[in-house]
Amino acid sequence: MIEFQNVAKTYRVAGREVPALQSTDLRVEAGEVFGLIGHSGAGKSTLLRLINRLEAPSAGRIMVDGEDVTALDSTGLRAFRRRVGMIFQHFNLLSSKTVAANIAMPLELAGEHSRAEIDARVQELLARVGLTDHARKYPAQLSGGQKQRVGIARALATRPKILLCDEATSALDPQTTGQVLQLLAEINRELGLTIVLITHEMDVIRRVCDRVAVMDAGQIVEQGTVADVFLHPQHITTRRFVFESEHVDEESQHADFEHVQGRILRLTFTGEATYAPLLGRVAQKTGVDYSILAGRIDRIRETPYGQLTIALVGGDINAALAQFEAADVHVEVLR
Amino acid sequence: MDALLTRFFPNVYWDEIWQASLDTLLMLVGALPFTVLIGLPLGIVLFLTGPRQLLEQAAVYRVLAFLVNLLRSLPFVILLILMIPLTELVAGTSLGVAGAIPPLVVGAAPFFARLVETALREVDRGIIEATQAMGASLGQIIWRALLPEALPGLLAAITVTAITLVSYTAMSGLIGGGGLGDLAVRYGYQRYQPDVMAVTVVLLLILVQVLQTVGDRLVVLFSRK
Repeated sequence: MIEFQNVAKTYRVAGREVPALQSTDLRVEAGEVFGLIGHSGAGKSTLLRLINRLEAPSAGRIMVDGEDVTALDSTGLRAFRRRVGMIFQHFNLLSSKTVAANIAMPLELAGEHSRAEIDARVQELLARVGLTDHARKYPAQLSGGQKQRVGIARALATRPKILLCDEATSALDPQTTGQVLQLLAEINRELGLTIVLITHEMDVIRRVCDRVAVMDAGQIVEQGTVADVFLHPQHITTRRFVFESEHVDEESQHADFEHVQGRILRLTFTGEATYAPLLGRVAQKTGVDYSILAGRIDRIRETPYGQLTIALVGGDINAALAQFEAADVHVEVLR
Repeated sequence: MDALLTRFFPNVYWDEIWQASLDTLLMLVGALPFTVLIGLPLGIVLFLTGPRQLLEQAAVYRVLAFLVNLLRSLPFVILLILMIPLTELVAGTSLGVAGAIPPLVVGAAPFFARLVETALREVDRGIIEATQAMGASLGQIIWRALLPEALPGLLAAITVTAITLVSYTAMSGLIGGGGLGDLAVRYGYQRYQPDVMAVTVVLLLILVQVLQTVGDRLVVLFSRK
């Protein structure tokens, strides 16, 4: 659906070339929720804006839905942008227009629809985002979550195939964040919309994304399915994001484990294995004794997973490792 | 009543006051629309070509900004005199209400343009970006997003400009422009008739007060923040 071929972007600041995005290849498949995570200044915002050409690339080619975005003239670009919705961290609603008028705006700008068609579409969208009763209010009268719902309805007005989300939940409280993410997941499922979102919170990625790319210093340093990247982070930036989201300090944890005897393993369970009574069974059969040092059981999108750090003492440790692996548990020997 | 007026305002000819009030109003009503008509597009161009804006054009911006500053730094009295040949060309006369309007417009339009530029800068950049992302053309961004969002600021700018025009009209008396300010200078100052001065000042004060109040009301009416 979206393909970056050697795309790079440099800005000229005070006569100097500042690279924002180094030569990047990227593919986003139709119908998936693709997350880009990175700290501010990592280039994720630039990458997102290259997709609908709010930023023009300095090099490379960007194909969206079979169309070379980099080659579009201004008329073509305007028509193209109507097929790509966008929502923003600070919502960017027009304060001078009512909720209904904000949602109607992309349709009015397109100039291809009658008033009756626009009104009907606005009603439909208001219902979808649950704001039917707020149609005549102005944005200033709404809460943050409601404003983002208006943003989403507005972005969907022209029935785009792609939705770009620029830190869409970063200005919201945790509960509202959950509701907005749920709405995005719903839209993705029901409309088959391809979603590209950028965020600096691993939790957002974990809850809605299928695949994720981690960005650092203007390049993608790691990418893959959320489960792979989340459960087995390779790059230092990725590890930091994961540990941050789990409120774990990697270094102090290592210091704590120094006094623990035996082998230390990290077991990762996904899917059904998460809830299987495996540890006790393995201990019984192999005579090992275990203690749980750290752990987390949660979900990645709809898939449950568990990650336990355990210490094993005595018994047949190699047999225990073999049994874990036989049960489809991913084992990492930490020490 | 007449006796009372004559006693407290011995030098005041009321029909002259009436005519002068009417002249002041006519100058304002004549000059304000042209000021907005010229100043608004100029302000929009200043905004759009300014640093880090949609049509960033450093050269165009610098030339326009210089011209605007030049006209704004010229004392209005000097502008009035410099403009006489041009005024005669445009209005057919350099005297009276008609002769006052061209210099008023040339004096106030650059001032208004700067206020417009400032009001447009107050519009959240994110709103412009969102409108662009919807596939809006430049004209649509200006008419459908920028101007509606800046409307309260623009109304405030028009109010300030209208009041500035009132004070400019007072000076146009110097070159035979007429109006309340002219009366204040000729009778109140030159002939030392404090009663005429007092009446004109009170009338000008009322006019300014009314303009400010109406302007403020409109700003509140169109503010949705």
